[in-house]
Amino acid sequence: MTELSKTGAAVGEPAAARRSEAFLEVRDLKVHFPTDDGLVKSVDGVSFSLEKGKTLAIVGESGSGKSVTSLAIMGLHRLGARGKNVRMSGEIWLDGKELVSASPDEVRKLRGREMAMIFQDPLSAMHPYYKVGDQIVEAYRVHHDVSKKVARARAIEMLDRVGIPEPAKRVDGYPHEFSGGMRQRAMIAMALVNNPELLIADEPTTALDVTVQAQILDLIRDLQKEFGSAVIMITHDLGVVAEIADEVLVMYGGRCVERGPAGEVFEQPQHPYTWGLLGSMPRIDRETSERLIPVKGQPPSLINVPSGCAFHPRCPYADIPKGNVTRTVRPELEQVSTGHWSACHLPTEDRQRIWTEEIAPKL
Amino acid sequence: MSETKKTDEAAIPQQTPASEGSADREVLLRVEGLTKHFPIKKGILQRQVGAVKAVDGIDFEVRKGETLGVVGESGCGKSTMGRVITRLQDPTGGKITFEGQDITRLSTGQMRPLRRDIQMIFQDPYGSLNPRHTIGSIVSAPFRLQGVEPEGGVKKEVQRLLSLVGLSPEHYNRYPHEFSGGQRQRIGIARALALKPKLVVADEPVSALDVSIQAQVVNLMDDLQQELGLTYVIIAHDLSVVRHVSDRIAVMYLGKIVELADRTSLYEAPMHPYTKALMSAVPVPDPKRRGQKNERILLRGDVPSPIAPPSGCRFHTRCWKATEICRTTEPQLVELRPGQRVACHHPENFADQAPQDTVLLSAAKKASELVPDAALSDGPAEKEPVAEKAPAAEKKPVAEKEPVAGKAPATEDTASEEAPEAAGSEASTSEAAGSEDAPEATASEPAEAAATAEAVSEAADTAPAPEAAEAAAAAEPAEEKTGPGAKSTPKATGKTTGKPAAGSGAEESSDE
Ligand SMILES: Nc1ncnc2c1ncn2[C@@H]1O[C@H](COP(=O)(O)OP(=O)(O)OP(=O)(O)O)[C@@H](O)[C@H]1O
Ligand SMILES: Nc1ncnc2c1ncn2[C@@H]1O[C@H](COP(=O)(O)OP(=O)(O)O)[C@@H](O)[C@H]1O
Ligand code: SF4
Ligand code: SF4
Ligand SMILES: [Mg+2]
Ligand SMILES: [Mg+2]
Repeated sequence: MTELSKTGAAVGEPAAARRSEAFLEVRDLKVHFPTDDGLVKSVDGVSFSLEKGKTLAIVGESGSGKSVTSLAIMGLHRLGARGKNVRMSGEIWLDGKELVSASPDEVRKLRGREMAMIFQDPLSAMHPYYKVGDQIVEAYRVHHDVSKKVARARAIEMLDRVGIPEPAKRVDGYPHEFSGGMRQRAMIAMALVNNPELLIADEPTTALDVTVQAQILDLIRDLQKEFGSAVIMITHDLGVVAEIADEVLVMYGGRCVERGPAGEVFEQPQHPYTWGLLGSMPRIDRETSERLIPVKGQPPSLINVPSGCAFHPRCPYADIPKGNVTRTVRPELEQVSTGHWSACHLPTEDRQRIWTEEIAPKL
Repeated sequence: MSETKKTDEAAIPQQTPASEGSADREVLLRVEGLTKHFPIKKGILQRQVGAVKAVDGIDFEVRKGETLGVVGESGCGKSTMGRVITRLQDPTGGKITFEGQDITRLSTGQMRPLRRDIQMIFQDPYGSLNPRHTIGSIVSAPFRLQGVEPEGGVKKEVQRLLSLVGLSPEHYNRYPHEFSGGQRQRIGIARALALKPKLVVADEPVSALDVSIQAQVVNLMDDLQQELGLTYVIIAHDLSVVRHVSDRIAVMYLGKIVELADRTSLYEAPMHPYTKALMSAVPVPDPKRRGQKNERILLRGDVPSPIAPPSGCRFHTRCWKATEICRTTEPQLVELRPGQRVACHHPENFADQAPQDTVLLSAAKKASELVPDAALSDGPAEKEPVAEKAPAAEKKPVAEKEPVAGKAPATEDTASEEAPEAAGSEASTSEAAGSEDAPEATASEPAEAAATAEAVSEAADTAPAPEAAEAAAAAEPAEEKTGPGAKSTPKATGKTTGKPAAGSGAEESSDE
């Protein structure tokens, strides 16, 4: 990695752009897909930053743009046939390098080495015809000039590290011979074999049982501690967020509606959509005969994103801000306290009142 | 979810074995010793070489007006149990009694009148609705199949049902693809309710939905229960959802019920170690509790294969309290506290049932490394000072016993893990809803399955396409280890033995 940053310092750095101090900084990222039905604005102006050793959770309903955001960072939208059909803008700074303007080749060199990703479905990352160990060996040798033997030892070490029993034997197994939880671990082993400094996990536990989920979350946490990586955890489970995140970014309709330290987002959430997520969720830690408070209506279309605040058709408070502003003006993120941002037209007093009087007591 | 929730469960007369008639009246559905084994066949002669013991001897009852939740890890037999109690599949053994009538062996024809009373809602809001039928025709199918003419006509009744589930009556002529997941699930619910069923078995009714939409559907089911006096069996793997909706909860592990209790007892003082581990694994949406990892019980490894489940207590290969008796003797499901039935020799939060047996199995000692002290000591049920057993880990291991019929290879486990995927792809390629009708239908034959689906077009509305694919896909790796390509070239081994897994009447549709 060090040698890469030496050579890579100049990678695609736009002349005018302000370099980023943060380890990862995403600025006004837009990812649009032209389709027959119209332009899909999957990600429409998302910004955040992340330091090493920290975990950012991205939450939101399905289709809100979480995966597209992470694939953009990994440079995966620009590959193959897909690449022709995407419009990307904004900046992604990783360790001093700008990735949106970098060539696909330059990004490829970083992928797997400086940044790695684990997916919801391990089979999309692992090839069914090749032995698990060989795939890890391959991932290692792409970035390390070592013998097969050395790489194999490394693969076994990684399998052991992620808690696969009898790693020396399992290294020669095929993905389908592993259970779902083990496959997930094997994929994590593969993602981590090069000690990436940024790990993106896209719903890594959504398909798993809670018992296995607990094992995997533990594993990610331990490995992060050990290697000091930055982690982006994409999930729709607020329980997982509370468990693992330092920072939370709530996405709605391709935009960030709230962002802040995890403790604050749970204890002082500022956006009506975040309230909706919290109210919809049944909780295992409480005996409540109260009804859930669902968010009414449906998630927005990303082709015809509602005008003004994209959440306004579902927002119970859309009429409070004066002058129909929620339907005409897109709210920008505003800082409500240090590092805590929210994009909502509600006046602060109203927001505080609604939260403390109407929402919090019911959660 | 129902009124009973507000009353103290313990106050409800505990029903005791069949003799007590009065308690019996409360019971809508009774299940005794129920088993469902799927034979594994091999070779050209299709000789049976074993069986997937999906459901392996379970007893429970469902009382009128209540919601019974069923939880457990993937592959433990929840869906199979649901399909068998609704008689969409034939049980291998045991007895099912509905309103006092033994329905275990009723033929398709004999079951037909009962189809009105027992309905099922399926997990996949995409696969379970025939894309070529209008919403009106889907929701009115049960009337046609049962030959029922509702008062005021079918169309009017369907429109009433649509508004009942929060859809607009104008949706009558629209097609499923025009609806979102949550709306489709409402359509499935409207169809299930068309004939005013007494019992609704819902298999993961909200797991495919986003949390905000999930809440809409949970509330809807709650309202309908209040309004129509429905009885629910809700199968789900999400323990938070189950806690929210259920009056009583059955916890399954490898084809068995290991604990059956009212909601409060189960969540506040679980007695089965597996229940405790399962609940401790659920992440709590409260960052303040973060780092209190010390409450979390991690289980080692995976669920063993249901083809060769461990001897004695099936949980003994992963349990931190397992002793010799756990390996040799299967614990029976007994009522240790009023309203709380547990199958364990060394229950949590209760007196040890086999105190003489103190030597931990070596697997248990390993497992106990993953059990934090906090989890061992703090039984929330301390309020009831029942001779609380000393934490297992403290026991002095005297003569160490050697491990135990080793863990079954994890290979089989992939079966259930892969299922959803296979199901997904199947559902999209082939509206294979009727595929279970075809005796040999498997995941590898989408075309054929689709053809079958054509033939029984109506069935497509009611049959659970993904379930069919799931079953087929699931049975596949069970046969033997196949090459690396096994997944992409599924072999036709998942021969379904059960009868057509159609909803409110696939069989009827064929003779339409
Ligand atoms: N038709 C079938 N043929 C062979 N095996 C089957 C069949 N249907 C289910 N099984 C097996 O029976 C076991 C129980 O399956 P079931 O679908 O009931 O699990 P479940 O508890 O519903 O799991 P999930 O949470 O994943 O839905 C699994 O091992 C499964 O592979
Ligand atoms: N290649 C693509 N072409 C067109 N639309 C896409 C493409 N990839 C994703 N989208 C759309 O972008 C939106 C956001 O997708 P995604 O980021 O995957 O959501 P999620 O938040 O569930 O991860 C969805 O509406 C999806 O259909
Ligand atoms: S801007 Fe208006 S519509 Fe949007 S979340 Fe705030 S109050 Fe609701
Ligand atoms: S203590 Fe014994 S009987 Fe109880 S769950 Fe553990 S292994 Fe089973
Ligand atoms: Mg996604
Ligand atoms: Mg199931």
